[in-house]
Amino acid sequence: MTLAAELGVPRGGTLRRISDFLLARRGFYLLLLLVPPLLWLGVVYLGSLFALLAESLFSIDDFSGVVVREPTLATFRQLLQPANLDVIIRTVTIAATVTVLAVVVAFPIAYYAARYARGRTKAAFYLLVMMPLWSSYLVKVYAWKLLLAKEGAIGWTFDAIGLRPLLDALLAVPVIGGPSLSTSYVGMVLVFLYLWLPFMVLPIQAALERVPGNLIEASGDLGASPGQTFRQVILPLALPGIVAGAIFTFSLTLGDYIVPEIVGPSSLILGQVVYIQQGTAGNIPLAAAFSVVPIVVMGLLLTLAKRMGAFDAL
Amino acid sequence: MTQPFLIVMAGLVPAIHVFLPFRRTRPRRLPMRDSARAPLGLRIAAALGLLFIHVPLAFILLYAFTTDDRSFQFPPPGLTLKWFGVAWQRQDVFDALGLSVQVAVLSTLVALILGTLAAAALSRAKFFGREAISLLLVLPIALPGIVTGISLRAAFDLADIPFSFWTIVLGHATFCIVVVYNNAVARFRRMSPSLVEASMDLGADGFQTFRHVVLPNIATALLAGGMLAFALSFDEVIVTTFTAGQQTTLPIWMLSELVRPRQRPVTNVVAVIVIALTFLPILAAYYLTRDGDQVAGAGR
Repeated sequence: MTLAAELGVPRGGTLRRISDFLLARRGFYLLLLLVPPLLWLGVVYLGSLFALLAESLFSIDDFSGVVVREPTLATFRQLLQPANLDVIIRTVTIAATVTVLAVVVAFPIAYYAARYARGRTKAAFYLLVMMPLWSSYLVKVYAWKLLLAKEGAIGWTFDAIGLRPLLDALLAVPVIGGPSLSTSYVGMVLVFLYLWLPFMVLPIQAALERVPGNLIEASGDLGASPGQTFRQVILPLALPGIVAGAIFTFSLTLGDYIVPEIVGPSSLILGQVVYIQQGTAGNIPLAAAFSVVPIVVMGLLLTLAKRMGAFDAL
Repeated sequence: MTQPFLIVMAGLVPAIHVFLPFRRTRPRRLPMRDSARAPLGLRIAAALGLLFIHVPLAFILLYAFTTDDRSFQFPPPGLTLKWFGVAWQRQDVFDALGLSVQVAVLSTLVALILGTLAAAALSRAKFFGREAISLLLVLPIALPGIVTGISLRAAFDLADIPFSFWTIVLGHATFCIVVVYNNAVARFRRMSPSLVEASMDLGADGFQTFRHVVLPNIATALLAGGMLAFALSFDEVIVTTFTAGQQTTLPIWMLSELVRPRQRPVTNVVAVIVIALTFLPILAAYYLTRDGDQVAGAGR
């Protein structure tokens, strides 16, 4: 008895003929498989991206507040107004700060995990880094609202160990300070740093894992001090991982509008402007033009990263 | 949008197996290892970094039991279970939860079908445009969430589509596809092609082969991908705010409570529930894919 008979499907049935037809025409079969997902992504996603570009070329009539559906660069020119330019510069500065801090905090974790941890410790390290990624984004932001509040745990800790003056001094610094941690840039950057840290640790660790141990021994044998080995051997080899991580942290910070809404001073950053313009202000063209900025910035960064071979580290 | 990047990480799952201990070790290039203990400074820095990642969430759990209902006073003046009861009676919480679950289930189903099809097509075949297609699959999560959100919003505006349950699903399913795809494509690649050939040689047609040979082998990967997609959709807020209009999913409910608090203790309780509902499926997905290399025929 053949398998087909055993499975109760008569040979030469309609299904069999369809199946044979498809197997004989491999290209057609692949096409058939690809049509539904491509149709979805092509129409829903690419279609939307084009809609975004189209909207960014429209403008809003200043008097009636109605969107004029004629292509113009006026909306993009609006981006260059001082107030809007400010938003862009502020956002990119915050993203860059978060990225630099993330490298500083992430490197020791990644370095320890790649070089010293093994066996169970290594698995534990991996899980410890991944676990926060798996918990809810909003809940994590909320946790920081609790921590940073004036009466919250961080203030309490500083009081308890008698370092209150230090915290006050930090908050007294112009620009980055503020009335409390939860309404200052310090708080905002801390929350971003916390949220994106795993995205920095994992690629750096992946890059460090690939550094062969004998390279480091060779560097030592040739007379380099540990510091020199670190700067001239380990760091350059870890750079692709750092760049890959920076892509994540940069892109995530540029596109976020929830964190600045909940923590930080009242001045807006890019995501918030996009949100406000498309919602209450009803100016979708300006919102669209603003969101082209992260696309361009990310495009530049990705090109740069690709040249440096950052994606080989993933 | 943060969770989407989790997908990129989920795509790393095969890579993880390379250095997690429960895998048969293969002879590899000499890894970078020191026999000596790590310097004290490094150990302290690494430990502090990990603490920084983990301490905040503990506070959410603590605050769900606080008796203080007006501020975020630390340490909590007292502990109580009463807020769980209060949250239980809030219809708005249940409505939001219900909408979130419905959206997540539907988006997951769409993503499962489309992601599996794409994985089946792209896993082994080589053809012109293959790279472009895989880029297209990853794009919805590679670009900042706000771009996906505003793009969909612009498209709905241009096409005069009113906001509805379906506009939320449309957005969610789009970025969930890649999660399923990543899981499925990894499994397809590990599955030996000779299994399918053997099935055909024994007289099964393509559909029978899929039903009796391919499906059992990719089932756990699909389940894992589905669970990640569910968690991703359930927790998504950035894209959702652009596609939901006046509807309230659970994350949107939480967001509005964070921006304009009404009853803080209820928010604390909901936060704990959200942690449980997103964490458990992802943990399950992790254990499902962990033993993924026991696929039949993986040894060739």
